[in-house]
Amino acid sequence: MLHIINKSPLERNTLDACLAVAQEGATLLLIEDAVTAASRGNAAEARLRQVQGRFKVCVLQPDLDARGLGDRLSEGITSVDYGGFVDLVANNKNCQSWL
Amino acid sequence: MGTIEVNGKTLETDEEGYLTTLDDWTEEVGNFLAKQENVELTPNHWEVINFLREYYTEFQIAPAVRVLTKSIGKKLGADKGNSQYLYELFPYGPAKQACKIAGLPKPTGCV
Amino acid sequence: MEGVVKKFMFVNRKAPYGTIYALESLEVVLISAAFDQDVSLAFLDDGVYQLKKGQQTKGIETKNFSPTYRALEGYDIEKLYVEKEALEARGLSEDDLLVDVTVLSRAEMGALMEEQDVVLSF
Repeated sequence: MLHIINKSPLERNTLDACLAVAQEGATLLLIEDAVTAASRGNAAEARLRQVQGRFKVCVLQPDLDARGLGDRLSEGITSVDYGGFVDLVANNKNCQSWL
Repeated sequence: MGTIEVNGKTLETDEEGYLTTLDDWTEEVGNFLAKQENVELTPNHWEVINFLREYYTEFQIAPAVRVLTKSIGKKLGADKGNSQYLYELFPYGPAKQACKIAGLPKPTGCV
Repeated sequence: MEGVVKKFMFVNRKAPYGTIYALESLEVVLISAAFDQDVSLAFLDDGVYQLKKGQQTKGIETKNFSPTYRALEGYDIEKLYVEKEALEARGLSEDDLLVDVTVLSRAEMGALMEEQDVVLSF
């Protein structure tokens, strides 16, 4: 299953809400302001590192670029473009957006 | 929404005649827009128009009149960096009218 | 009322592009410059991302308004304050910002906020 998070982890608690519910093997996709969580040095970096064995964590590269963070993607997180976003939605059985 | 026709090309404008797409602008389009405004372009006009386009490229906004006047003064000298000089060139306002001819959007804060 | 100068502070707390707050704030700041007031801009929490260097918005087909922060100096808006703890929590430093700012601790920022006549929240 695909979980989409679009809010900054330092602004809202949707990343934690998602991490608490998501089941092993799920894919997490960070988009919009949530991409900040995937940047090196962000306070959420450690939390994402901890869950990397349980989930596949992806980030939408154009949103990372827009915020000037294109060159600071944390290790272990997969960058996807819009085509990759569509593939994730198409290849997962269902999808929850943590609005 | 409106359109203008320059050299067989149809270009989109907003309801007040400002070009919708920055990249549609050429010197030819500038001349066309000036004619519509009844402004005959001299090298002094072009100095201001080119300044405005450079300012927009750098900062992504059209400057307010006060800022334009000050920056023109810095770049082209005090005799040009005053509103009397700029209003003589562009009677309907150096920001509003010159921006229109330069193909920029209307400056923020202009009514 | 001529000659009465008030202290205005714009408090920016949101990352750019995800919401409209950052752009709206910037537009109001530019307009407010016409009134010759004592204007300060404060960047707290995710607001510090507004000043991050190297924003590339082609991919999201949105206008990159970050260069406009560099125009503020020409509008005589020179008081830009950034929260130190906010930078740290995001792995950012002053060198990552596209304009010159004064970095303040949370406590200093709070004190500065207290001094204002008007606080505008974004």
